[in-house]
Amino acid sequence: MPNRKYLFFLGCVIPYRVPSYEVSARKICEKLGIELVETPEFNCCGLPLDPISHDMAMALAVRNLCLAEQKGLQIMTLCNGCAGTLRKVNKELKENKGLREKINGYLKEIGMEFKGTTEAKHFIQVLAEDIGFERIKEIVQKPFKNFKVAEHYGCHLLRPSREVAFDNPENPKVLKTLIEVTGAKCLDYIDETQCCGATIIGVNSEIPLQLTREKLSHIKEAGAQTLITICPSCHLMFDTNQPRIERKIGEKFDLPVLHYPQLLALAAGISPDNLALKEHKTDASNILLFC
Amino acid sequence: MTERMEASAEIAKPIRLDPRFRREIMAIHGGETLKICFQCGTCTSSCPIARFSRSYRPRQIIQMTQLGMKSKVLSSETLWLCAACFTCTDRCPQGVEVASVLRVLRNLAVKEGFVPAVYRELASNILGTGYAYKITALQLRKREEFGLPPLPKANIGDIAKLAQSTDFSKLIETRGVSSA
Repeated sequence: MPNRKYLFFLGCVIPYRVPSYEVSARKICEKLGIELVETPEFNCCGLPLDPISHDMAMALAVRNLCLAEQKGLQIMTLCNGCAGTLRKVNKELKENKGLREKINGYLKEIGMEFKGTTEAKHFIQVLAEDIGFERIKEIVQKPFKNFKVAEHYGCHLLRPSREVAFDNPENPKVLKTLIEVTGAKCLDYIDETQCCGATIIGVNSEIPLQLTREKLSHIKEAGAQTLITICPSCHLMFDTNQPRIERKIGEKFDLPVLHYPQLLALAAGISPDNLALKEHKTDASNILLFC
Repeated sequence: MTERMEASAEIAKPIRLDPRFRREIMAIHGGETLKICFQCGTCTSSCPIARFSRSYRPRQIIQMTQLGMKSKVLSSETLWLCAACFTCTDRCPQGVEVASVLRVLRNLAVKEGFVPAVYRELASNILGTGYAYKITALQLRKREEFGLPPLPKANIGDIAKLAQSTDFSKLIETRGVSSA
């Protein structure tokens, strides 16, 4: 098994609000022999500034890609927003000479140049494409029994599909397969690939809360006992904001929300005490009954 | 009779069109595909936001842009409701990059002085720390308790230079994008 080594790109949302994702992902990386190289010089991926200045957003993204090129390593990130942005910009600049020259003009000021020699990947991509389902199956020591879950991919891992080029955006399968490796059953539900709305919550909170409320209802109706997410912003909507939605509509969902690496870690026999489950707003204690 | 006259007066109110607007959008990276939209409405019917908003309709924004309704489009609050999920872009049968056209429009709206407060804060944080959110001492202590390594510290000097070369600094100064 070759040693897999990546530059770890943490982004903004995880250290700010969702440390449980980082804690559990690091445990899984350790277990699977994925080496994470810390890069102190990284900055925000650029996504938050894209609505107000695409040029500045691209410059921020490309600076990160250039750092990876200089170190001769690929980037791995846990966040859909970071992965989507870095993948999209990387592909656009590799394909579009005019755009590349324009952005390189900006980067000249900081002594950098985009060459197009690196890749940025989401954690889920690394698991599915670089590590492989068979190897992941090997670490599952305590497969779940009679445990029904649902997944929420989040948008930026799948779309825009031409640029991010991963899985099938209308009927994605990779995360489902990764979930079923743990012994849990992954259920289908209505509008599975629909957005949670997190990106506009700073402009309008009403619409994202309604989108998430609708998804929570569909997931409960399908009979899922837990929801699995792979993006910190989606996690904030489904977990952190779940009590807020419940208060708003006067209805209880009581749906625990886990990051995928937490699910895998439990099946791999890692103690729940080491997975920062108490950081969540939803109560994950019942999940332990299915281990 | 009076009522009818008033109503017709309202209908007759002229709308200011700018015929150069569509060319302006199409000349910017991401706006090129504006002209090939044939108004089928796949974007709006696929849009998760449109399902819960009474005003946000991507098809309509595209049409208004094609027609040259510049000031109405750029001053519209609904422009900022796009969640950038890219479902419209992926499903468009004509290959219109709907979400990118909307991003081009928002970028232009900022130049006209329209920008929601949240983006002022994000811009200020990124220029000041390299990241979108300010991490508190409590959060840093928690990282230590979890045994997580120290957070990366971005190169603020580099970010300031990029803000200069992309004209982002100028945008901030002239349009007050930053609250710092």
